[in-house]
Amino acid sequence: MLSRTSQRTAQTLLRGARPVSRCVAGPSMTARTMATVNQDIFKPTKFGGKYTVTLIPGDGIGAEVSESVREIFKADNVPVEWEQIDVSGVETGNKHSEELFREAIASLKRNKIGLKGILHTPIERSGHQSFNVALRQELDIYASIVLIKNIPGYETRHKNVDFCIIRENTEGEYSGLEHQSVSGVVESLKIITRAKSERIAKFAFAFALANNRKKVTCIHKANIMKLADGLFRNTIKKVGEDYPTIETNDMIVDNASMQCVSRPQQFDVMVMPNLYGGILSNIGAGLVGGPGIVPGCNMGRNVAVFEPGCRHVGLDIKGKDQANPTALVLSAAMMLRHLGLDDHANRISQSVYKVIEEGNSRTRDMGGNATTHEFTRAILNQMEKA
Amino acid sequence: MLAARSFAAPARQCLRRAAAAKSWAPALAQSQARCYAIPADEKVAKFKGTKGNDGKYTVTLIEGDGIGPEIAQSVKDIYSAANVPIKWESVDVTPILKDGKTVIPDAAIDSVTKNYVALKGPLATPIGKGHVSLNLTLRRTFNLFANVRPCKSIAGYKTPYDGVDTVLIRENTEGEYSGIEHVVVDGVVQSIKLITKEASERVLRFAFQYAEETGRNKVRAVHKATIMKMSDGLFLSLARDLAKEYPKVEFDAELLDNTCLKMVTDPTPYNDKVLVMPNLYGDILSDLCAGLIGGLGLTPSGNIGDECSIFEAVHGSAPDIAGKQLANPTALLLSSIMMLQHMGLTEHADNIQRAIFAVLKEGKTITGDLGGKSKTYEYADAVIKALK
Repeated sequence: MLSRTSQRTAQTLLRGARPVSRCVAGPSMTARTMATVNQDIFKPTKFGGKYTVTLIPGDGIGAEVSESVREIFKADNVPVEWEQIDVSGVETGNKHSEELFREAIASLKRNKIGLKGILHTPIERSGHQSFNVALRQELDIYASIVLIKNIPGYETRHKNVDFCIIRENTEGEYSGLEHQSVSGVVESLKIITRAKSERIAKFAFAFALANNRKKVTCIHKANIMKLADGLFRNTIKKVGEDYPTIETNDMIVDNASMQCVSRPQQFDVMVMPNLYGGILSNIGAGLVGGPGIVPGCNMGRNVAVFEPGCRHVGLDIKGKDQANPTALVLSAAMMLRHLGLDDHANRISQSVYKVIEEGNSRTRDMGGNATTHEFTRAILNQMEKA
Repeated sequence: MLAARSFAAPARQCLRRAAAAKSWAPALAQSQARCYAIPADEKVAKFKGTKGNDGKYTVTLIEGDGIGPEIAQSVKDIYSAANVPIKWESVDVTPILKDGKTVIPDAAIDSVTKNYVALKGPLATPIGKGHVSLNLTLRRTFNLFANVRPCKSIAGYKTPYDGVDTVLIRENTEGEYSGIEHVVVDGVVQSIKLITKEASERVLRFAFQYAEETGRNKVRAVHKATIMKMSDGLFLSLARDLAKEYPKVEFDAELLDNTCLKMVTDPTPYNDKVLVMPNLYGDILSDLCAGLIGGLGLTPSGNIGDECSIFEAVHGSAPDIAGKQLANPTALLLSSIMMLQHMGLTEHADNIQRAIFAVLKEGKTITGDLGGKSKTYEYADAVIKALK
């Protein structure tokens, strides 16, 4: 069973190198770089020359930044039709949110592609699973990719940072299995399975290969969690043997976070279980300038959902027109590449980079004083020039 | 013996509480107040040692492996020059197998139990199956429930971050490091994160007391209760409850993700806070903080328990440079200063600490890892000269 999967991966990779003959989306699909493993497995649908994409703006700053994306897409005549669903994790007292959540799942299953902001998860409400986690588990979008890279012209404490974090999204510490054996004694289960570790390992190596990355580092805590993280580490190592051109090493998670803040340039592709991914993507975001500029996506066999890389809701600046839409816009550009719309993707992402580099219009998190609207306007102007 | 003692303690405490309140608390109120590991009116992990006949405290010294003996020698030299009233008692903790378990020799255990305090150099954990890490063994043997990790920027050693001054307190005995794991079926592993009210409360109380004593006066609990609603939720709600008992200390909570992000972006807002968190998060964040100021060679660490406390350098034993007088003893020295503070010898602590920082700031006699050329003993001599 497992060997079959690996065979398929290899085939897929080979096929990816040649022009795709039986691909619905046409020849443009060949140029794609993301979604390496899944090249021929799922195909988003295109009706009347347009793709339908599920848009979940999310809570907090979601509405504002997705408005930016809409405007930018419209200005560039991107052949995308939005199917917007306003799911919310904020407690409003109505039971409608659960229904909307089901609707969002159905829409994503239908469209196979989505752009999503972050949903708020209340701490207080017990029994309410995080919608973000539930969505990932339900759709089995198992691989989260976060790109941590310095944006030219935007100076931070660290230079030449360029690595990406591949995070297992569906098990580990986020299994949601917890119980109270007796009062005051709580057990929380972390689940690591070989099948899912192998799946993420293959994804990571295939990703590294397709994107000309040289090294895959497995992040773990196998010195303490000998069985669970041990299984994860050994699986990654074993899968790595099938990819002789890529260097494989491993690092303990606490050391990795220390290395991240002292010498982040040493990392290339990092692969890790769920919780460590959350920690390191935030550390990474801190290195290059905050959650407002880090794009990301979640890949599964059937569905791909693009969302800001380090998953902050931003309830505190909601509605203040201060949010930085860069993360979502760049995630949307990643989505366009995934769809094979590279021209649009390049025009949009280059305009964003240009605006940031020129530095005349920056949002507050980047040390400027532009509003979300002004920043979007600047991107639109830049796109007209290009 | 153990069981009897732990039963007796809550009972005593209930009585004490009832007496203090001077009103008969009904069963309900009592059940809320009981089963605290430590009574609120007593200090957690108070140093119990007394001076010997010669007016000196005896401290157990675990020199450790690799560079351990050299850096321990620096500490000894500096301490005798500074006239610190401390007598060292060196012990060996090379693990032995007893009934199939990794244990440390009885002599070492007796020494620490008798002296209530120990200073420990780096230990090399033997690699191989079945060996529990020696650090873990020590923590379990002496029930060292809290790990205190201060990180302060060192003038004279430049990193991308300036003015860092964080304090982290980490739960040390349970959480993700409970060591309870099993294979359910082949290829499926469950690892259990254990959070108990008793251990959480103990470390939280310690954090609040630490904040009061050091004048930081702000405690922030770091958690991931959005996802782990019950386990981290328990930790968080206990912290909220306990905060009410320490009105002088400001309390708030922060999601782990936010802490990671903000710490890396700009750590200075954390300078007036004490962070307290479960085991794994503490492990990761404390090393992250060490990274901010230049690595584990500059950060002290203290493991605090009810009975005794062990202060240690958390860096490795560096067998490659052992015996060459190249090692940097700063981490062990700073750990020993935490120990002096714990023992109440604050004047000596301040004196030595000032000397260390002065030497590092001057940057003339520093070791190779900091970009200098000095030998370990030359650095120690410079510190001795800088003493008052």
